[in-house]
Amino acid sequence: MVAKHKYETFQILDENGKVVNEDEMPDLSDEQLQDIMYRMVYTRILDQRAVSLGRQGRLGFYAPVAGQEASMIGSHYAIDKEDWIAPGYRDIPQLIWHGYPLWQSYLFSKGHYKGGQMPEGLNALVPQIIIGAQIVQTAGIALGLKKKGNSQAVISYTGDGGASQGDFYEGMNFAGAFHVPAIFVVQNNQYAISVPADEQTAAETIAQKAVAAGIEGVQVDGMDALAVYAATQKARQNAVDGDGPTLIETLCYRYGPHSLSGDDPTRYRTSEEDDEWEKRDPLVRFRKYLESKDLWSEEKENEIVDEAKADVKAAMKEVEETPRQKVSELIEIMGNELPNNLQEQLEEYRAKESSE
Amino acid sequence: MAEMTMIKAITDAMRTELKNDEDVLLFGEDVGYYGGVFRATEGLQEEFGEDRVFDTPLAESGIGGLAIGLGVTGFRPIMEIQFIGFMFEVMDGLAGQMSRMHYRTGGYYDSPITVRAPFGGGVKTPELHPDSLEGLMAQTPGIRVVIPSTPYDAKGLLISSIRSNDPVFYLEHMKLYRSLKGEVPEEAYTVDLDKADIKREGDDITFVAYGAMVHSALKAAEQLSEENIAAEVIDLRTVSPVDLDTIIESVKKTNRAVVIQEAQKQAGVAAGISAEISERAILHLEAPVARVTAPDTVYPFASDEDVWLPDHNDIIEKAKATIDF
Repeated sequence: MVAKHKYETFQILDENGKVVNEDEMPDLSDEQLQDIMYRMVYTRILDQRAVSLGRQGRLGFYAPVAGQEASMIGSHYAIDKEDWIAPGYRDIPQLIWHGYPLWQSYLFSKGHYKGGQMPEGLNALVPQIIIGAQIVQTAGIALGLKKKGNSQAVISYTGDGGASQGDFYEGMNFAGAFHVPAIFVVQNNQYAISVPADEQTAAETIAQKAVAAGIEGVQVDGMDALAVYAATQKARQNAVDGDGPTLIETLCYRYGPHSLSGDDPTRYRTSEEDDEWEKRDPLVRFRKYLESKDLWSEEKENEIVDEAKADVKAAMKEVEETPRQKVSELIEIMGNELPNNLQEQLEEYRAKESSE
Repeated sequence: MAEMTMIKAITDAMRTELKNDEDVLLFGEDVGYYGGVFRATEGLQEEFGEDRVFDTPLAESGIGGLAIGLGVTGFRPIMEIQFIGFMFEVMDGLAGQMSRMHYRTGGYYDSPITVRAPFGGGVKTPELHPDSLEGLMAQTPGIRVVIPSTPYDAKGLLISSIRSNDPVFYLEHMKLYRSLKGEVPEEAYTVDLDKADIKREGDDITFVAYGAMVHSALKAAEQLSEENIAAEVIDLRTVSPVDLDTIIESVKKTNRAVVIQEAQKQAGVAAGISAEISERAILHLEAPVARVTAPDTVYPFASDEDVWLPDHNDIIEKAKATIDF
């Protein structure tokens, strides 16, 4: 027997860019609508460039995001500058739009400690590699925000596979028990590397896992930026109003591989499935929607493409000018007060480095 | 000054810091209203309120995540793991996350967290309560491991741990909670982290110990003195990093050393200390560095603790073998 919990998929724009849920239409100005499209196009170009730079060996670890722009940008657009982000390793775009410099995201990719030095005032954790760890930490950040009494929220991200982790449940459950301003986004991109989402759980939706924590849960069309935005905005409002956390499942798809570290998705996905999801492309439908309102043009889009490419080039230059790391620097960042073993090793490595 | 048990000294340290710094928060399973399963946090919620001292759901990993999240938002968490054996549930939080926070963010974030956990044998607790797991964290860069053996040290070291902006794993030996009393200043004072303490001076052999084994070492030293053997007893107090200066200086004087731990031979921190003495003072040694440890089995069933745990007789035996080498 499989428990039945009805969670309808929340959608505002259909695949043809038509508004199918006028009542839930978020209150966004023309400029804001254009800004969301701008960010999605820019993010798509960043992804294409990162994949290419990765293949050339000029970047290191990278998890592609093409297909998830509505899920990432739509949700991020609904939070405030002062809000916190607890990202997974794929959630670089949200960080970038929150103020994480592109060149630092490249240093994170290459494996350089300067990639983790968030700019002053940026409320975000470094992309989390341990799937689920960001979710228990989110409960802690949210409790901190609640204790400080300012109207901030924290948003965390994981994938469909991540929802099987113990920390996923613990984080949601803690946030529920402490009634704190947290938003848990599960980007269900259908696959955890090669394992399809329906092998993770017998639950029909991930959204219904909110029931186990006694919190709000919603499933959203993750290829629909307006639906993702509206759901996140509502979750954020509930969070800062003191109405507790929300779990948002976004149904989306990554067009590329899991990461650039050797994954070949053709081994576990069919081209029919790829084609099916490409019809739902978040950029295509949002473009159609904006064009129908006369808010978008090919010219505008081309300008963004050029801008993104120029920014990538400038960021790569900054990366290439960043000095290589020294062991002595790695020792220095180990803590506030270096223990005696590290003080001793610091001297050894400084001596070694000065003779090189 | 007041005469206190170790548990009272621990409560007193937390009270001092809750009063001293409003960012200090204390939480865990049953630490709030109930005052902790050992009464270590007794009266603190009443005195400081539910905002400062509170219970959590029963999930160690969640507690670790809570501490990390509160740490980056400007708080100074003291989190309790009810018994050390439950640390496996939060091993990622400890070894995978808080210990690396400063490093992975290039110093942007801290984890000013104190993790308190009771451990230690001799009180016939059920499975996975008394295990000596300090060696796991001692192998983890980025987190200090502190183990007091007296009420005075317990208070001063806990205050230092709470004030540290780096994470500290602070272990409290269950057998020592109420078995001995000592003079403890009522005001706030600190005992330096990373510094060992010579609990007894001697010229013939160096005993390096920590936790309950400090008292076994002192008892062994007392009995050996009747045979005109003067043992110097070093209490590590911080077991990671180890205060090698104090150890090496002592070994250079005595030329013999026994490293003593309650943990199994393959665990704990004794092997590392023995290696450091060999590297730094081999020309001063009259005999190999000996170790007193528990056997390499799983921690014993409760009724076998007395035959399994190392005691002062094991120390006397190893000391004599070292002297007669």
